[in-house]
Amino acid sequence: MLSRVANSLYWLSRYIERADNVARILDVNLQLLLDFRRLDDEHLARHWTPIIQSTGDEEDFFELYDEANGRTVTDYFVFNRKNPNSIISSIAQARENARMVRDQITIEMWEEINRIHLLIRSDRAVDMWDSSPAEFFHEIRASSCDLQGLIDSTIPRNEGWHFLQAGKYIERADKTTRILDLRHETLPERGVPIVVNQTDALEWSAVLRSCSAWDAYRHIHGVDVGPRWVSELLLLSPEFPRSVRFCVAQLDSVLRALSGVPPGRFWNDAEKRSGRLLAELQFGDIEEIFKNGLHEYLDHLQLQLNEVGESLFSIYIYHPFHEGFSDQQQQQQQKRRQPRQLVQQQQQ
Amino acid sequence: MSLLNNYAPEDFFDEMVTPDSKTRTHYQRFVDRFSTVDTQEFDAKRRAVDLAFLRQGITFNVYGDSQGTERIFPFDLIPRIIPASEWEHLERGLEQRITALNLFLHDVYHEQRIMKDGVVPPFYVLSAKHFRREFVNFEVPKDIYVHICGTDLIRDNDGTYLVLEDNCRSPSGVSYVLENRRAMKRTFPGLFESIGVRPVDDYSTNLLKTMQYIAPSGVVDPTVVLLTPGSANSAYFEHTYLARQMGIEIVEGRDLVVRDSHVFMRTTRGLEPVHVIYRRIDDDFLDPTVFRKDSVLGVPGLINAYREGNVSLANSIGTGVADDKVVYYFVPRIIKYYLDQEPILPNVPTYLASEDQDKKYILEHLGELVVKAANESGGYGMLMGPRASKEEIDKFRKLIEADPRNYIAQPMISLSRHPTWCEEAGFEGRHVDLRPFILYGERTTIVPGGLTRVALTKGSLVVNSSQGGGSKDTWVLYD
Repeated sequence: MLSRVANSLYWLSRYIERADNVARILDVNLQLLLDFRRLDDEHLARHWTPIIQSTGDEEDFFELYDEANGRTVTDYFVFNRKNPNSIISSIAQARENARMVRDQITIEMWEEINRIHLLIRSDRAVDMWDSSPAEFFHEIRASSCDLQGLIDSTIPRNEGWHFLQAGKYIERADKTTRILDLRHETLPERGVPIVVNQTDALEWSAVLRSCSAWDAYRHIHGVDVGPRWVSELLLLSPEFPRSVRFCVAQLDSVLRALSGVPPGRFWNDAEKRSGRLLAELQFGDIEEIFKNGLHEYLDHLQLQLNEVGESLFSIYIYHPFHEGFSDQQQQQQQKRRQPRQLVQQQQQ
Repeated sequence: MSLLNNYAPEDFFDEMVTPDSKTRTHYQRFVDRFSTVDTQEFDAKRRAVDLAFLRQGITFNVYGDSQGTERIFPFDLIPRIIPASEWEHLERGLEQRITALNLFLHDVYHEQRIMKDGVVPPFYVLSAKHFRREFVNFEVPKDIYVHICGTDLIRDNDGTYLVLEDNCRSPSGVSYVLENRRAMKRTFPGLFESIGVRPVDDYSTNLLKTMQYIAPSGVVDPTVVLLTPGSANSAYFEHTYLARQMGIEIVEGRDLVVRDSHVFMRTTRGLEPVHVIYRRIDDDFLDPTVFRKDSVLGVPGLINAYREGNVSLANSIGTGVADDKVVYYFVPRIIKYYLDQEPILPNVPTYLASEDQDKKYILEHLGELVVKAANESGGYGMLMGPRASKEEIDKFRKLIEADPRNYIAQPMISLSRHPTWCEEAGFEGRHVDLRPFILYGERTTIVPGGLTRVALTKGSLVVNSSQGGGSKDTWVLYD
């Protein structure tokens, strides 16, 4: 498969996942505000600012808007084309990538991406948004579900599919860490938080719902919502499909499908990093994580995920073809025979 | 729905209707079937087709629009129909023409007999913008220069088919032929069988065969790729479409590398060899080390690999000399010279501004003639004398005086008309042309019909998509 194509498939899938996550965060938080009565500006700002921070766009945001409230934040994250992470931009990017690999994806997938792209840029989208934001977000999320279903049911399980999966799981894991980080200011810097007031409980429920984890949580922990259990589910659960551990496990197996190297071994940086990260999560302990600080740990996870993404890029997509070609071929043959050694060579 | 109520052919040759307002025989079956469709149903079908095109992203990019606007190429539901005998005539004419053009190109890049024999003055060939003297005495695979040709045909007031121009570099539009047919089949599923329309879907298979035929010698299972300038190109949809139909990779310049004079593509598994490139990039941009240095679309070293015979290109380099509008003037003589045959499809009468007598005539009759720059396409660089303002005429007068080699003039041909749905007026006559697509490989194949383009603006003769043109499905009937 062409490297550029692999790259486009990877990003296509990341952007679909991104739009889906942003829609979920906004939807849940708008609804949450309905539960609070009489919020003054300061409280509102305290509610919305972490959401802006979670995507790392705080500076850009305040260049465009004076204050953070429901209207400005949603505008920024939904329709603002200057925000590269807004829903409208993410969908446009997904579509642009899809267009570049139009010959590699199925007609069903292309038509759905194209449909949602045209819809969100139409007047109808604004009308829908005005009359019911919830319905609007539902439309976005339904489209994302459609696309995942179409990827699942129409794309052959070849290399391209693996790149689509890699993009999806890296993005999803990253977004889960960011959603979990939303309420970190209410937590002690280190140590396990114990007492939770009612407002906090509502906010943590919002975190769960932003990850579509509310039902899963209730089945395990009942109605009491606390940061320790929420974090454990979203970080370390081997079963919940949006937990970081689950996503990294999927990512790791996708990377192995790409290289053909069995678990427990590696021949490239991407699977070395994903394998390490997976082991860390498999043997992770939530008490320990809180003891060292949740916020720091989430930062660490984001960094690790980025590094897996970068390694993936440099191995399969970027290829620094500097050497003469005959050298190149030789190296590749060596790669297959002596995987370990090659990784060491690269690091020198 | 009575299609032809109040329809008047006026003073033009009409494809469907005779001057005394009778339906031509080859349209009769269509008109009969179509009469059962009422206005409401027709409207619904029209909207459904437009929506389907938009939804499928069957669009072209509009240059100079920062929003990156994509438009659908307007599609008219009333097909243009060509009877079997007429098509046979066209086929023979087109085959004759492409055969002669390939012989001509081979000659001008080798012995140059036609110039030495004084049939085509050397000056015109050597000064052609797309003549590549670097490729003189270069052997192209199987001696084929033009593998894919799109020849524009028009019909004059008597209904005679004339060749308006040859597109020997990278003609586009064939994807619309295929997609228009799909749309028509969905819209009027019952019509095709009962009327007997020749299918068009062999095109992609034939195109791939043509590409495989020219693979470098010794390569058993050649890898063919389509080289595109990228997704910002106005024909990008077509590029992906054709690649998908042929099941080959669509690559950009940055996907290819040249090592030891061999071309490879960068894949997730390392470099993989490429043997044949169906390129949709102009000569100038192919290789920055040979042609334009500022080209970021091309592949450094590609020309060297081509020269070594390790990769084949379609179309070959330097074919543009054959679609120079001045060389066009000589095509009837070229046919006669190489094939010793009379041209089956005549040219439009043409005057060359670089011939003194012709130039005098052109300058005296600017208000009646159509003036064209020798190497422009897409309806640009053109003067429509009878419809031009005094300023435009003066501008062209100066242009011609300054660079006569670069201009030709032709009488204004009114182009045949075809009933076409018009938003306000219902069915009205609109001018059409026809671009058949010719593949020249082991044998010559021509997709039955081609792209019928229609000038949707009332009275307009410009059919280009960039200037308000639309298209129709083209039906060639079985005998």
